[in-house]
Amino acid sequence: MSGPSDYQPTNPLIRWIERRLPIFGLVHSSFVAYPTPRNLNYWWTFGAILSLMLGLQILTGVILAMHYTPNADLAFRSVESIVRDVNYGWLLRNMHAAGASMFFLAVYIHMFRGLYYGSYKEPREVLWILGVIIYLLMMATGFMGYVLPWGQMSFWGATVITNLFSAIPYVGDSIVTLLWGGYSVGNPTLNRFFSLHYLLPFLIAGVVVLHVWALHVAGQNNPAGVEAKTEKDTVPFTPYATIKDMFGVSCFLIFYAWFIFYMPNYLGDADNYIPANPGVTPAHIVPEWYYLPFYAILRSIPNKLAGVTAMFSAIIVLAFLPWLDTAKTRSSKYRPLAKQFFWIFVVVCVLLGYLGAQPPEGIYVIAGRILTVCYFAYFLILLPLLSRIETPRPLPNSIADDVLAKSKGQSVPMVSTVIALALAGGLFVGSAQNARADEQETPPPQNWSFAGPFGKYDRGSLQRGLKIYKEVCSNCHALSYIAFRNLADPGGPGYSVAQTAAFASEYKIKDGPNDAGDMFDRPGRPADYFPSPFPNDQAARAANGGGLPPDLSLITKARSYERGFPRFIFDFFTQFQEQGPNYVSAILQGYEKKPAAATLPEGTFYNKYFPGHAIKMPQPLQDGQVTFDDGSPATLKQYAHDISTFLMWAAEPQMEARKRLGFVVFVFLILFTGLMYFTKKRVWADAH
Amino acid sequence: MGSEKGGLSAAAGVAGAGSLPGGFPGRFRRSQLMKGFGIVTTASSAEHPTRRDFLFVATGAAAAVGGVVSLWPFVSQMNPDASTIAAGAPIEVDLTPIAEGQDIKVFWRGKPIYISHRTKKQIDEARSVLVSSLPDPQTDQSRVKEGHDQWLVVIGICTHLGCIPIAHEGNYDGFFCPCHGSQYDSSGRIRQGPAPANLPVPPYQFVSDTKIQIG
Repeated sequence: MSGPSDYQPTNPLIRWIERRLPIFGLVHSSFVAYPTPRNLNYWWTFGAILSLMLGLQILTGVILAMHYTPNADLAFRSVESIVRDVNYGWLLRNMHAAGASMFFLAVYIHMFRGLYYGSYKEPREVLWILGVIIYLLMMATGFMGYVLPWGQMSFWGATVITNLFSAIPYVGDSIVTLLWGGYSVGNPTLNRFFSLHYLLPFLIAGVVVLHVWALHVAGQNNPAGVEAKTEKDTVPFTPYATIKDMFGVSCFLIFYAWFIFYMPNYLGDADNYIPANPGVTPAHIVPEWYYLPFYAILRSIPNKLAGVTAMFSAIIVLAFLPWLDTAKTRSSKYRPLAKQFFWIFVVVCVLLGYLGAQPPEGIYVIAGRILTVCYFAYFLILLPLLSRIETPRPLPNSIADDVLAKSKGQSVPMVSTVIALALAGGLFVGSAQNARADEQETPPPQNWSFAGPFGKYDRGSLQRGLKIYKEVCSNCHALSYIAFRNLADPGGPGYSVAQTAAFASEYKIKDGPNDAGDMFDRPGRPADYFPSPFPNDQAARAANGGGLPPDLSLITKARSYERGFPRFIFDFFTQFQEQGPNYVSAILQGYEKKPAAATLPEGTFYNKYFPGHAIKMPQPLQDGQVTFDDGSPATLKQYAHDISTFLMWAAEPQMEARKRLGFVVFVFLILFTGLMYFTKKRVWADAH
Repeated sequence: MGSEKGGLSAAAGVAGAGSLPGGFPGRFRRSQLMKGFGIVTTASSAEHPTRRDFLFVATGAAAAVGGVVSLWPFVSQMNPDASTIAAGAPIEVDLTPIAEGQDIKVFWRGKPIYISHRTKKQIDEARSVLVSSLPDPQTDQSRVKEGHDQWLVVIGICTHLGCIPIAHEGNYDGFFCPCHGSQYDSSGRIRQGPAPANLPVPPYQFVSDTKIQIG
């Protein structure tokens, strides 16, 4: 795309095509011969990383759509069956869910890089604006994608975000009805969000083509911010930039794989493992981490219309950046004041993200207002002002000079920015989990055989847990996502197929209608699911004093508790994700005599670890209630451990396969990244 | 995945540009490979085209292998999932309600299975034909269970292009496919029309005189 190509193919077939459609010449001039500044640092590899992420999201998304059902009654279950039953479904789902976060992480780094090095300045204004459009499309796509699993956070996120439009004067309510396709968020909403979620990524891909086109017309900016003048300033895209991008990508893949294989739920919200319930809003509605700064801006303004306007303005203001910052010097490296304010701005954004996850009360609201002012002041006051009063440092004469100066040392800023960003990212991520702040006593940590990178379920514990479920829990709680056949699955309780069939035949399963049109009972088969104790929710409530005993299939993933700063950062590295089983185990052992000061509503019991302490379930397990064949102690402690292990397996039956494959992938990725490192060094040895 | 492939071609391109006549990796001994690895890490090492080639080829090969292997989950997910496989377990069918000369259609793994209670006439017709004259020669005896000659169990899917033939139609007292006119006899064997093969017999067995298990 940079002028007529001198590309002369030797292969006659390629030459034949090239005369009729010069596509090989286009690729050659854009991605092979294309001159790229020789002083680009690793922040410039995020363009390639983003392309990869877009491709991966489209690929995994198209595949997930083959197995997903966009229906309000079936969506949640279809996502679970992807994870449980589809071959490698858990992998594809984790890739897609964590991929969204990785995509946003990369785009934020890409945007901050553009901000720092002035990549939006003449002649790259259109390039920058196209980027802002891509970012807006990404936000819409990410939001609608989060709705699709149809969990509690999906449903209430959809409700809150669509209600933003009701702030528009006069037509707001009509617009919201239009978006919903009904009087509330429901099946039509889910259907159209699915359709649009499938469409928008292809629009993004289209705008990305324009983005790359504009980039190749204007040429890449670079850390020095001076344009390439001579051939000495540039190197050909291939192999130099290609190899460097590949190395950047493989490093990024290691980070990404950590989430896919070891921390799949770290960035998610436990509430989203509860199926959507239009009657109950979760205590704290928190968007995904990548929307938090804007959510904080929205909440910091007490007026509805003004809040929504401020939130959208916070994004739109980016499009005007080329005309707000009119300084001639591009790179903040040579702008002593702009550089400092840039880092302050980064901190403001991170803090806004932190506040977005906090409850909207007290000091958080005041801090949110101050930071919102800071956010807008940076763009609207500071940048215009700086361009008038700041005296920049002298620029290098050329990129080649910059490279020479750099080889004399000073790589400290790079290191410090990496550390700053890592910390910021950690704070961000954790803030999402901080949301459920409470003075509640946290469940004591326990030793689980399934924790850590090589964790496996303890077969004996799973079998004992199954026995406890069958004899005690199943009187009130369903386990409807588990089929009898799962008991023979690898990585499960380890029963044989024959044992499973025998176990299943002990159950009565309702089937039919038969030829006479009647429903009938028959013995269970391995393909059947555990029958629920009650025919419907109403019957369950009626039999349990108004309380609904939750389905236990996902309970260990649907319950969590706050880990607090800085523990959640260590959790990321130690792969701690056993909040669920810790909680379940603690609840079972947390029944105590009511303290004198506490008041309990009628029909509830005091539990030390239950939020609010008043639980409707009477103490379900006592010492000696269940006897084990293997001689394990018949104590409450043992029961709590075994049932929690069993329920963890019920929620995550593919965990062993996940961790096993994760190890293989990590060995490969680390070796490959090592090879890439040396290859990159070798290739670039010629360029210095 | 795409980028890994891109990397492969890029790395291969570089390797090609600097490759020597004589090739790789036949000239290498194991010790030399190890040495090559060691030297690559030190920046001061002199340029040596063959070591350079080795690094590029190794990286390219790793990218190619990783790229190809990581395609597998994306292909494998298309296969039937665990619940579909479980739902395809054997089924039992009670034969008592089927009177002589009648047939029923049951579904197993989503396929219609015809269970015909054949009349004496139908059995005789099926056995009197010269087997070698059939397009897909098979005896009637080989298509039913011994001692249960009156029961014909076939998958009711035309072997031409998958339509469902109609029972008790056509010239052979068997099945007639309305799509393209294939005709099957009372043993489910192809007699006329474009279908290449007989209606297949599913795996089944008699668990009692009046009950079969299909699958």
